[in-house]
Amino acid sequence: MSRVSTGRTAVATPAAVRTRIRGRRRDAGAIWRGLFFASAIFLVISIAAIMVMIGRPAIALFAQVRPWAFLFGRVWAPEHGLYGVLPFFAGSLAATGMALLIGGPLGLAGAIYLAKLATPRAQRVMRPAIQLLAGIPSVVYGWVGLTALVPFIRRHSGHVTGFGLLAAGIVLGVMVLPTFISLAEDALRAVPQDIEHGSLALGTTRWQTIAHVIIPAAWPGIAAAGILGLARAIGETMAVQMVLGNSPVIPTGLIVPASTLTSEIVLEMGSTPQGSPANNALFAMGLLLLLVSLGLIVAVRATRREATAGVREAH
Amino acid sequence: MTTETMSLPTMVPPAREATSAAPETTRAAARGETDPEPQPAVRVRDLSVTYGTTLGIKGVDLDLPERSVTALIGPSGCGKSTFLRALNRMNELFPGVATSGEVLVRWDGRFQDIYAPGVDLVELRKRVGMVFQRPNPFPKSIVENVIYGPRRHGVTDRALLAEAAEEALRQAALWDEVKDKLNAPAAALSGGQQQRLCIARALAVRPDVVLMDEPTASLDPISTGKIEDLLGKLSKDYTIVIVTHSLQQAARVSEKTAFFLNGELVEAAPTLQMMTNPRDRRTENYVTGRFG
Repeated sequence: MSRVSTGRTAVATPAAVRTRIRGRRRDAGAIWRGLFFASAIFLVISIAAIMVMIGRPAIALFAQVRPWAFLFGRVWAPEHGLYGVLPFFAGSLAATGMALLIGGPLGLAGAIYLAKLATPRAQRVMRPAIQLLAGIPSVVYGWVGLTALVPFIRRHSGHVTGFGLLAAGIVLGVMVLPTFISLAEDALRAVPQDIEHGSLALGTTRWQTIAHVIIPAAWPGIAAAGILGLARAIGETMAVQMVLGNSPVIPTGLIVPASTLTSEIVLEMGSTPQGSPANNALFAMGLLLLLVSLGLIVAVRATRREATAGVREAH
Repeated sequence: MTTETMSLPTMVPPAREATSAAPETTRAAARGETDPEPQPAVRVRDLSVTYGTTLGIKGVDLDLPERSVTALIGPSGCGKSTFLRALNRMNELFPGVATSGEVLVRWDGRFQDIYAPGVDLVELRKRVGMVFQRPNPFPKSIVENVIYGPRRHGVTDRALLAEAAEEALRQAALWDEVKDKLNAPAAALSGGQQQRLCIARALAVRPDVVLMDEPTASLDPISTGKIEDLLGKLSKDYTIVIVTHSLQQAARVSEKTAFFLNGELVEAAPTLQMMTNPRDRRTENYVTGRFG
C-alpha cells in the first residue's frame, strides 16, 4: 500500500489534491463546530447563572423562613414577617387552569379545522392570522382586557370591579391559542392517512373518524401542545397583572381580585429593598415558577416520547 | 355524470331511481360459453376515472359475480387499484379525482348507481367494505378494532358487540389466536394477524361486497397462505374483489379474473380460462410472463 501511494505522489495525483482539500475542509469544520459549541455552552451558562441568581436569595430566605411556611402559608404580610405564597401559587394555578379550560377546546377545534376541514384557501388565510396572535405584545392583550373585557364582565356580572380569574383566564386562553393550535395541528396531521381511510371505508362519517380515530391517535401530541400552552400561561405576567386585580388572597371566586406568582413579583420588586426577606421571597417565588415550568417541560418530553413510541408501535 | 369532492355524508336515505334490475345476460353467456356466471353483485358500466388530467381508467365494463372471488390483475399502474377504489368511492378522498360512468351495486334488492346524486356514502361503505394493502389497524385494542364499525353505526349493547366481535374474528380465522388477549393493543399482533384483524373489522360491519387491495403484498408466505385460505371460505357469504400482482394468487383464489392494462380492461373471464386460454394476445403475453 505504501508503495502505491509513493508512486502516486510522485506524479501529484488527484488523490493527493483531494487529501489536501479534505484537510482544509476539516479545518473549516473545526472552526464552525467550535462556534456552535460555544453558543451551546453560552446557553448552558446563562441558564446556570439564572439558577444561581434566583437560588441564592431563595436560600437566604429559607434560612429565616421555613420552606413549609413559605409554600403553604396563607398570609402574605412581609411587614409582619409572614411570607406565605399560597395565595399567589393558587392564583397562578387557577388562572392557568382557566386558560386551559377556555383555550383548550377552542384551540382543539381550531386545530381540527385547520388540519382536516379547511380548504387550502382558508388555511392560507387562517395560519398567518393565528401566528399574528403570537406576535401581539402581552401588554396589548392586557390593555384590551383591562379596557374591554373587565368592564364587560363588571357590567354583566354585577360585581364591583370585574377583575379576577375569569378575565385572566380568557386573556390567557387567547394568548396560548397560537402555540396550542399549531402544535396540535401538527399532531393531527401526523396521524397516518391509512388509518383515516380505514375508518372512512367502514362507513363512518368524517366527524366520527375525527372523533374516534384521529383525535385518539394524536392525543399524546395534543396533550404535549396543551402542556406547552400551560407553561406559557403560567409564566405570563403583564396581561395577567393588568386584569387580575392584584389582591394577595386565595381566590374564592372567578370574579374576585386575585394574584399570581408573576403578577406579585412584578408588583413588589420595586418596593422591596434588595437583600430584605421580602425581596428574597420574590426570588423564591421566581424559583418556584421555574421549577413548575421545568416540571411541565419534563412532562412534555415524556408525552412526546410516548407519542413517537405509539406511532412506531403501530407501524 | 361526474362527482366532485366527497360531500359530507348526510342522513338522507338513499332515495333514488333504481337503474334497471333486469336480469343480466353475463358476458360469458353472451359469448355462448357454457358455464354462466352467478348473478352479479356489482355491475360496472363505462367507468372512467381521471386524476387531474391523467387518465386512471377508461371505459371499463365489468360484472362482479355474487358470492365469489374476482381477481383484478395487471402490471403496476394499470388502474386495477383505481378501479377497486371506485367501487366504494374511496378515490374521492384524493383531490382532483373525477369519475364518470356507472357502478351499479345490488342494494335493497335492486341495482343502484353509487355515483347517482344523493347517494349516502356511509350506507355505500357499509355495503361495500375494504381491506387495504398495508394492515392499518387503529391504535386501539384488538376487540375495539373489530367493533369499531358496529359501534359507529349505533350498536351499543355490550353483549351484542362482543358477539359481533367473536363472529367477525372467527370468520377472519383469527379468533383462536387472539381470544385470550382481546384487550391487547392491535399493534402487538404480527403483520399477518393485523391484516386478518382488518378483515375482521371490515366483516363486522356485515358488508355484501369486500374489496381487497393487494391484501397480502406486505405479508410473509405463511400469512399469505392463511389469508388465501380464508378467501375461499368468505366467498360463500361475500362478494370479494381482490387486486393482486401475483398471477398464482389470482389462480389460487379467484373464480373470475379481469386483466387491466394501461387503464383499460383488456379481458375478463373465468380464471381458468384466463390462465390457460386467454382471448387477447396482451393477456396471453401477461399470463405467460412475457411482460409485467
